[in-house]
Amino acid sequence: MKIGRRSFLSFVIGGAAGTAITPLPWKLMDDSSIWSQNWPWTPVPPDGEYSQSNSVCTLCPGGCGITVRKVDDRVVKIEGMKGHPVNDGGLCLMGLSGLQLLYGPTRVKTPLKRVGKRGEGKWEKISWDEAISEVAKKLADIRSNGGSHTVGSIVDSENGTVPNLFKRFLTTYGSPNFMTMPSIQDSYAMTLQVMQGVSAQVGFDAENADFILSFGSGIIDGWGSPVRMFKANSAWKANGKKVVQIEPRLSNTAAKSDKWIPINPGTEAALALGLANIIISNSLDSKKISQSTGFDSFKKLVQNEYGTDKVSKITGINSATIVSLAKNFARASKPLAICGKGQGSIPGSLNEFMAVHALNALVGNINKEGGVWAVTDTEYINWPKPEMDSIAENGMQKERIDGAGSEYPHTKSLLNRLVEVINSGDGSLEALFVSGANPLYSMPGSKAIKNAFDNIPFIVSFSSYMDETASNADLILPNHVYLERYEDVPTPAGLSKPIVGLTRPVVKPQFNTKHVGDVVMLIAKALGGGIADAFSWESYEACLKETLGVKWDILVEKGFEFNGDKCILEGDFNFYPDAMKSLSDFSPVSIEGSAISYPLLLIPYDTIRLANGYIGDPPFAIKTVEDTVLKGKNSCVEINPKTGKELGLTEGRYASLLTPRGKAKVKVHLYEGIMPGIVALPRGLGHTAYDNYLAGKGCNFNELIGSTEDPVSGLDEAWGIRARLTKV
Amino acid sequence: MKEEGKHKKAKKYGMVINLDECTGCGACMVACMAENNVPFKEDESNKLDSIAWMRVYKLTNGKPYPEAEICYLPRPCMHCEGEHGHAPCVSVCPATATDYNHETGIVSQIYTRCFGCRYCMVACPYHARYFNWWDPVWPEESTKYLSPNVSPRMRGVVEKCSFCFHRYQLAMDKAYLEGRTVLEEDEYQTSCTQACPAGAITFGDLNNPEHKVHQLAKPDNKHGGRPGNPNVFRLLERLGTNPKVYYMSSREWVRQAGDNYINNEDFAKNYRQ
Repeated sequence: MKIGRRSFLSFVIGGAAGTAITPLPWKLMDDSSIWSQNWPWTPVPPDGEYSQSNSVCTLCPGGCGITVRKVDDRVVKIEGMKGHPVNDGGLCLMGLSGLQLLYGPTRVKTPLKRVGKRGEGKWEKISWDEAISEVAKKLADIRSNGGSHTVGSIVDSENGTVPNLFKRFLTTYGSPNFMTMPSIQDSYAMTLQVMQGVSAQVGFDAENADFILSFGSGIIDGWGSPVRMFKANSAWKANGKKVVQIEPRLSNTAAKSDKWIPINPGTEAALALGLANIIISNSLDSKKISQSTGFDSFKKLVQNEYGTDKVSKITGINSATIVSLAKNFARASKPLAICGKGQGSIPGSLNEFMAVHALNALVGNINKEGGVWAVTDTEYINWPKPEMDSIAENGMQKERIDGAGSEYPHTKSLLNRLVEVINSGDGSLEALFVSGANPLYSMPGSKAIKNAFDNIPFIVSFSSYMDETASNADLILPNHVYLERYEDVPTPAGLSKPIVGLTRPVVKPQFNTKHVGDVVMLIAKALGGGIADAFSWESYEACLKETLGVKWDILVEKGFEFNGDKCILEGDFNFYPDAMKSLSDFSPVSIEGSAISYPLLLIPYDTIRLANGYIGDPPFAIKTVEDTVLKGKNSCVEINPKTGKELGLTEGRYASLLTPRGKAKVKVHLYEGIMPGIVALPRGLGHTAYDNYLAGKGCNFNELIGSTEDPVSGLDEAWGIRARLTKV
Repeated sequence: MKEEGKHKKAKKYGMVINLDECTGCGACMVACMAENNVPFKEDESNKLDSIAWMRVYKLTNGKPYPEAEICYLPRPCMHCEGEHGHAPCVSVCPATATDYNHETGIVSQIYTRCFGCRYCMVACPYHARYFNWWDPVWPEESTKYLSPNVSPRMRGVVEKCSFCFHRYQLAMDKAYLEGRTVLEEDEYQTSCTQACPAGAITFGDLNNPEHKVHQLAKPDNKHGGRPGNPNVFRLLERLGTNPKVYYMSSREWVRQAGDNYINNEDFAKNYRQ
């Protein structure tokens, strides 16, 4: 048959029409999509026996009680524990996504030894015996060469049994370099030390206060014990209590407060003293307080230097607002002033803390209902003093590498200075332990810290997760995560009533990990001699049981126990300690960079949806982050539309953010809730480690800023840095 | 006899969300994802395809600095009743994959029936429905935390908030075992309600005058469930979808943001129509 043009066309058209009319292709497509929907990779979660157990969340220092729901031996949900004094059933989004940390892809599953270059990500799996003998051998070498004082450790806080085991280890080994991650707790503790001579943590009876004056504290952005603060905030709302928030950006806290007062950043201390001046001049202060030490000098200081007009000029707040704020605050029956910006990860300016504490004293709310209390809570740790051999004695005589306790007599730990000392060659560490902390990510000036760490020949990380610090370590000895281990939880940050909680295993360890407490003991035992003798316990669990004594049974049964009643802040109040003398000539908290080359001011902001400490955001948490905060791979910066107009930047445009410390490509978000001239960047993004759900998203604020030493405490006070924003 | 009468009375589960107390912390979103086996991807910053049964929106009053104000608004499925159960999504579903349960007032979603036409997504005025464009992937060990109470969805189906209906079923099972037919208010609570650290969400039976939701919203069933409390409003009230999620705010601009108004329309007069 001859195929002509005509027959060819009719064949094609006829075929096409026929195919379109027959249901076959559609049916096949439909069948194949239904079939592929049933492919076995959609998991069917197995059913089983349901059970529940209680524990305490340790993802932040909040100490919330949790109830986990289990199906057979799988944990399927974490919920807030009903009736727990901290959170009573509520829980924050990090706590709720804890299972993604337990079963998540970011766990370190077995001890690892670095084989490639540092940070290259090449690891060799080793056994626990090998890992421990490797550390012990290294430490024994350093010790026999007389370098015991060049070993240091960084842990998250100084309270609780695990940090104390590290401290005990270093003491018997012969090193004073027990360091903790900085936070506002350091500044508060020092304020109490300087103004009242008390060595304690601060506690706030926030629930009972009726006028809360917050100097930038992120009450509902993760400050203190977050869920407890959320609850307090709701109670204030329900009972008509007033909250005034002072900060340059309309944060969530500011948005929920009764009054938001924007302030020039770094001038908070001046405002506090200006308020003090008005309170004293109008005789609104508590009468008892005028006999206190230094009151007359303090009175003179605020009257001469902090007149309302001057303060108005410094802070950018108009005089009438300042006067009415002072009067409302002083006239409230239970006023409370708090400070420590955002989530409180930067210790801040001590002047500000002292000024705010003086303000509290002035209205007479120290040791009062709704006021400020002391918390001295590690009293349950009463281990026998360890025997120290001559090397240990000698080592402990040496000065700390970070200068804490010598150059800065009241400060216990100065990580920011450690970095500087190492980088300038004034001191060195031969070995460093890091546990429960991720300084390479979470401390300001991450580049300088990376430099300093590069100069430490031996770094051991105890992290459960492949975080930035772990991935730059030489050896990782992974700890159990909190759902797999026992640990005591001392009083959560800012609580006024001492309480101790118990984290306990709700599921058996999922991987080849070991409790960090056990590992420290094993290393000590491998080193032998006096060091081994100081750790006579059989295991960490035995140590914890013995330490908690009679409390153990109660804690196992209900998960928490009050550790006595509220503690009184004893000691005479000194209104004008030497440390305050610099306030006689006010200068705002120093900001790095020149205003000419960097016309804008970059400040960080915290949100409860972004974790910026040891824990990185799990996938669920990062999923909740708005697209005006993180879009694709870029962080968004907030600027006022006025600033945007001046710079020619519109919503959603890419821009280059430059500071004296670093550079980042960002997206612009125009926001009416921010002071013109200021750029705000969220903290908690820009991870380089962890998993693909977190790494490579946005930029790390800490890479754009350095630390600035507070002249009194030596702690980092930098809250912002000068910056430039240009179109790209 | 009295007990039986109580049993027969239809329930109308609903929510009142106090926007004055809501802090925008996002705990409700995560509590929901963890409870309902909601999947996640590497990049979730494109909110159009980011599955969030509960999503928290940020509202602004549109005023310049420093008069700017913000308010957060959590948005679950509204479980619209429409008129006699004709919710916008229910009436368009060709597969009967979504249905209005007259016993509880909950709008269901049956994944195995859904064939992915997405008519319901178009019909829903609240963007409460999400399509699974991809098969869900749980990394490595992560399938271990999946709850057996909610089946994970496959590619090609629509999903949405169910008011944690499995919790209702579990609570009812328990009640039947104990010889009861009526649930106490606290026996059935959604995951988001339970988790909210600010206590901003209240959940219960809107038809039961003893339940807190009824007392807060004061719904007028004769007029499509319209709220009787002047501080309470519903989203897009004027569409007549008769949603069961009520919002409470003391700020007028927030209440006004709950619906569309033309420029010089009298809000005070019209917002309750």
